[in-house]
Amino acid sequence: MSLVSIRDVRKSFGPNEVLKGVSLDIAKGDVVAIIGRSGSGKSTLLRCINGLETYQSGTIVADGIEVGGAATNLRELRRHVGMVFQQFNLFPHLTAAENVMLAPTVVNKTSKAEARATAAEVLAKVGLSEKMDAYPSELSGGQQQRVAIARSLAMRPKVLLCDEITSALDPELVNEVLRVVEQLAREGMTLILVTHEMRFARDVGTKLVFMHHGKVHEEGVPKEVFAAPRTPELQQFVGQVS
Amino acid sequence: MLQFSFWDILSNLLVATQWTIVLSLIAFFCGGIVGLILLFMRTSRIAPLEWFTKIYIEFFQGTPLLMQLFLFFFGIALFGIEVSPWMAATLALTFWTSAFLTEIWRGCVEAIPKGQWEASSSLALSYIEQMRYVILPQASRIAVAPTVGFSVQVIKGTALASIIGFVELTKAGTMLNNATFRPFLVYSLVALIYFCLCFPLSWWAKKIEGRLNVAR
Amino acid sequence: MSYKLQFAELLPYWNVLLYGLVFTIALTIVSTAVGIAVGTAGAAARTFGPVWLGRIVAVYVELIRNTPFIVQLFFIFFGLPALGLKLSETTAAFLAMVINLGAYSTEIIRAGIEAVPKGHIEAGLSLAMTKWEVLRRIVLNQAFRKIYPALSSQIIIVMLGSAVVSQISAEDLTYAANFIASRNFRNFEVYLLVALAYLVLAMLMRAALRALGRVIFKAR
Repeated sequence: MSLVSIRDVRKSFGPNEVLKGVSLDIAKGDVVAIIGRSGSGKSTLLRCINGLETYQSGTIVADGIEVGGAATNLRELRRHVGMVFQQFNLFPHLTAAENVMLAPTVVNKTSKAEARATAAEVLAKVGLSEKMDAYPSELSGGQQQRVAIARSLAMRPKVLLCDEITSALDPELVNEVLRVVEQLAREGMTLILVTHEMRFARDVGTKLVFMHHGKVHEEGVPKEVFAAPRTPELQQFVGQVS
Repeated sequence: MLQFSFWDILSNLLVATQWTIVLSLIAFFCGGIVGLILLFMRTSRIAPLEWFTKIYIEFFQGTPLLMQLFLFFFGIALFGIEVSPWMAATLALTFWTSAFLTEIWRGCVEAIPKGQWEASSSLALSYIEQMRYVILPQASRIAVAPTVGFSVQVIKGTALASIIGFVELTKAGTMLNNATFRPFLVYSLVALIYFCLCFPLSWWAKKIEGRLNVAR
Repeated sequence: MSYKLQFAELLPYWNVLLYGLVFTIALTIVSTAVGIAVGTAGAAARTFGPVWLGRIVAVYVELIRNTPFIVQLFFIFFGLPALGLKLSETTAAFLAMVINLGAYSTEIIRAGIEAVPKGHIEAGLSLAMTKWEVLRRIVLNQAFRKIYPALSSQIIIVMLGSAVVSQISAEDLTYAANFIASRNFRNFEVYLLVALAYLVLAMLMRAALRALGRVIFKAR
């Protein structure tokens, strides 16, 4: 059974249909890279998976929970589906450690001491042990994004959604973030990434999804798809970005 | 006993409203002139002038307007001058208004980047010239919205002149209430008239502020 | 000027002044606490509540902000009994101050809430926090931090404005001044002394609020 199953999902903003029947299956341990032009619906799709956006028809089931129904337990869903944003969205009034500890203590009612231990562990994992008590304003963009990843990891998610997490970074800071994600992939974390990093998608991804005009236009094993794109749209897209 | 109809009450209130408007206009414009002078003193970097303005502002912003009205009303009389409520109210409201306008405008002057001062002084402009030609033209653009917003406070402030016996809208309301024993109606109408005076100004201030934020 | 200021004549009345001072302080503290609670609820209703509720709150805010406090006070103390709601002087004063500060703080807190980036709310929701937890832990926390100085100023304005409650015979500091002036006719001396008392009170409150802010928000 797949961990995330997306069936014929349609979504409109007003008269503008951005998802026109998307279907996708993601198994445990998959690293899915979603690529495509801006406006192709890739970020919207990702935001539908953890219920930040609603959709009009179709179904999304993540970790056995159907997303988007009126009675969906979004809290339960989001305990298992983490998300990292393009703009980091760290809480500026909390230190790095406090950012990480917030959800475990509030949502899972973990004790402060235990949450702090978890924070130390996940911050070490992203290589920021020495920045535990720094405030977001004292960190570089790359460091902030790594804290944001640690913040999600502290909830022990089964799936991590990454929405263009390197797009707001200066070029020299991109790699430190990608290395963390690569490490997660190697440890078996299920990842769904919307990304513009084609090389990363090819080398780390286990599955590539090319979205075009609100549909999955082409999908497959990244190396094969990149080596021989079947559709002219993907050929053109790959030609432009690489 | 005299019988007051609804229209009697309303027309009496509207007559008194004229005095609320006159007092507001005088306080606002005189307060603006005094405030502008204080602004020059406050930003002059001449220590005694700055200290004087700081204490002045501290006093008028840190004590109740009602106390200021009392002090002017009873204080001027000590000099052997006959004080009318009208004169005490005009003076107190003018000084009170000037203190707030000075602070509002100082914020706007300080929002102008330091480079503007440096550039204009390296063009050999004097302090007054810098203010006149470089700083104030820029600062006044962002000062319009809070200044209009403060005019609402001035109108509301004039209501306190009723306490020292100046017959404006609130005082007229109290008198009519004593004559008619219809406090709910009278004070509803008083509040409504104040609202009609103040709300357009509040709305205008908000609109200017919004436009400025879009432009930036 | 031939007139000599006679502050000594105020001495016998020190207990009257002290009572008035304590009354003003107590009234300010209690109505500030309740008023900010009203403002927080109002701001939450305007930003997260249903549209109809937001409209009602907006009307309340504009009505209060565009009428003088003294008229609000008279309306509550003289006007409401006509509808069968009779209040004591102190209750009326308290209610008027709460309603007044409630409206201003609604606007101030709302501005703070709107300044919190939408992404922070989404990040909180993505961490499986409920809307309520996100509001409390992330949105209000940041909002209050941002608007704390503005809110502090408003509290001091309300304290100074409370001088007006003497007009319905609530026994505050100004009432004490009026009382003394009516006994010994040293109007100017009394009002000068009481004005300075207000000034000192305002300065102390500002310092106290700043210190409180440092404790609540941990200085950085």
